[in-house]
Amino acid sequence: MADEVILLDFWPSPFGMRVRIALAEKGIEYEGREEDLSNKSPLLLKMNPVYKQIPVLIHNGKPISESLIIVQYIDEVWSHKSPLLPSDPYQRANARFWAEYIDKKIYSTGKLVWGTTGEVQEKAKNELRDSFKLLEGELGDKKYFGGDRFGLVDVALIPFYSWFYTLETTGNFSITEEFPRLVAWAKRCMQKESVSKSIPDQYKIYDFLLELKKKIQPQLQ
Amino acid sequence: MTTKSEVKLLGAWPSPFVLRARIALNLKSVNYEFHEEIFGSKSQLLLESNPVYKKIPVLIHGDKPICESLIIVQYVDECWSSGPSILPSHPYDRAIARFWATYFDDKLFPTMRSVVGAQGDDERKRLLQEVREGLALVEDAFNKISKGKAYFGGDQIGYLDIAFGSFMGWLRVHEASNGVKFLDQGTTPGLVNWAERFGTHDAVKDVLPETGKLMEFAKFMKAKMAAASAPK
Repeated sequence: MADEVILLDFWPSPFGMRVRIALAEKGIEYEGREEDLSNKSPLLLKMNPVYKQIPVLIHNGKPISESLIIVQYIDEVWSHKSPLLPSDPYQRANARFWAEYIDKKIYSTGKLVWGTTGEVQEKAKNELRDSFKLLEGELGDKKYFGGDRFGLVDVALIPFYSWFYTLETTGNFSITEEFPRLVAWAKRCMQKESVSKSIPDQYKIYDFLLELKKKIQPQLQ
Repeated sequence: MTTKSEVKLLGAWPSPFVLRARIALNLKSVNYEFHEEIFGSKSQLLLESNPVYKKIPVLIHGDKPICESLIIVQYVDECWSSGPSILPSHPYDRAIARFWATYFDDKLFPTMRSVVGAQGDDERKRLLQEVREGLALVEDAFNKISKGKAYFGGDQIGYLDIAFGSFMGWLRVHEASNGVKFLDQGTTPGLVNWAERFGTHDAVKDVLPETGKLMEFAKFMKAKMAAASAPK
């Protein structure tokens, strides 16, 4: 019996991108369904009643939510190809640590950079710089965060590359100049087909985030 | 066999996160040295082992530090693989276990903690209601996941038992402080009975802090915070 794999998604979501990348890395055929977040489908509400958010992976009718949990699930089920986690327990713990660090910091801090102005934005910019510095330190001279192999941490972070143009333009700083190793890493990842076909163009994301900013800036500022 | 000094755990007795690591190590019968951090200061070892967050628990295995309680629990499970399994064996069940553990840490426990700082009666009531709704979800999840057995993990305690059970002491403290019952036979019978079994489990009972001691600690913390924010 063939697997039925459905992904409830939203094109600009960095969390959705993570799952797209993992599915592509494993060569899994799936049906991607675009959600209108202002009018969530009954299926989404049923499959993720706790958070009512995308992404949700539905594998043979059973739902899995939360992007990093989905990515680990995909890695464990389709374990024969392109492993995303190393086999050594310590390296696995390290990968999970950095994936969670990215989850805790990058989205919320980045959002404040493109979503606010003035002092709030400055503070967020500096926090983001600290995070990028820490991540560059962790990357070191490696090809990927996972070493020679593209892995969980790379999957967790690379979607935010689609935010770089927006962050630079709204924040008025150059990520390329300040964090050349990070940008070099990002470009290496983008050379992988699984990544480039999963991440929308930076300018489309810019237009989307500017529209979103108009709606949410009062709450963020 | 691991010698005692090979495995160190940096922690503090009131921390539910530290408790998770201790229960996991106990389940696997791992000998370890417990280093109690002095409240209000951070040891050099802690600062070096967890430079990113500077928080306990930190497991130090040989010379390798592992941080974040749930990551430590998974590490212990994978490293000492001959002992009883902590994570479920099926990938889907593992995903469900990870989902609920994340829910506890991202939503349920922060809401519980925030009741203390509630501004006014209305906000307090709203937060308490959120906690109750969250626990109703957990009761439902427990019934589905345990499938009638004693624990979330089935016949043996597992990942979710550890993730949730580690907070029972603090849950009782919050109940007493607010004069409410979060877990009761009427609304969460499954969890009430489960909590009793969990608290008396061999891997848990010797490391579970007494609620009385936690209450005293909570009072001490509250007084300290009040003093810190009082006008000088």
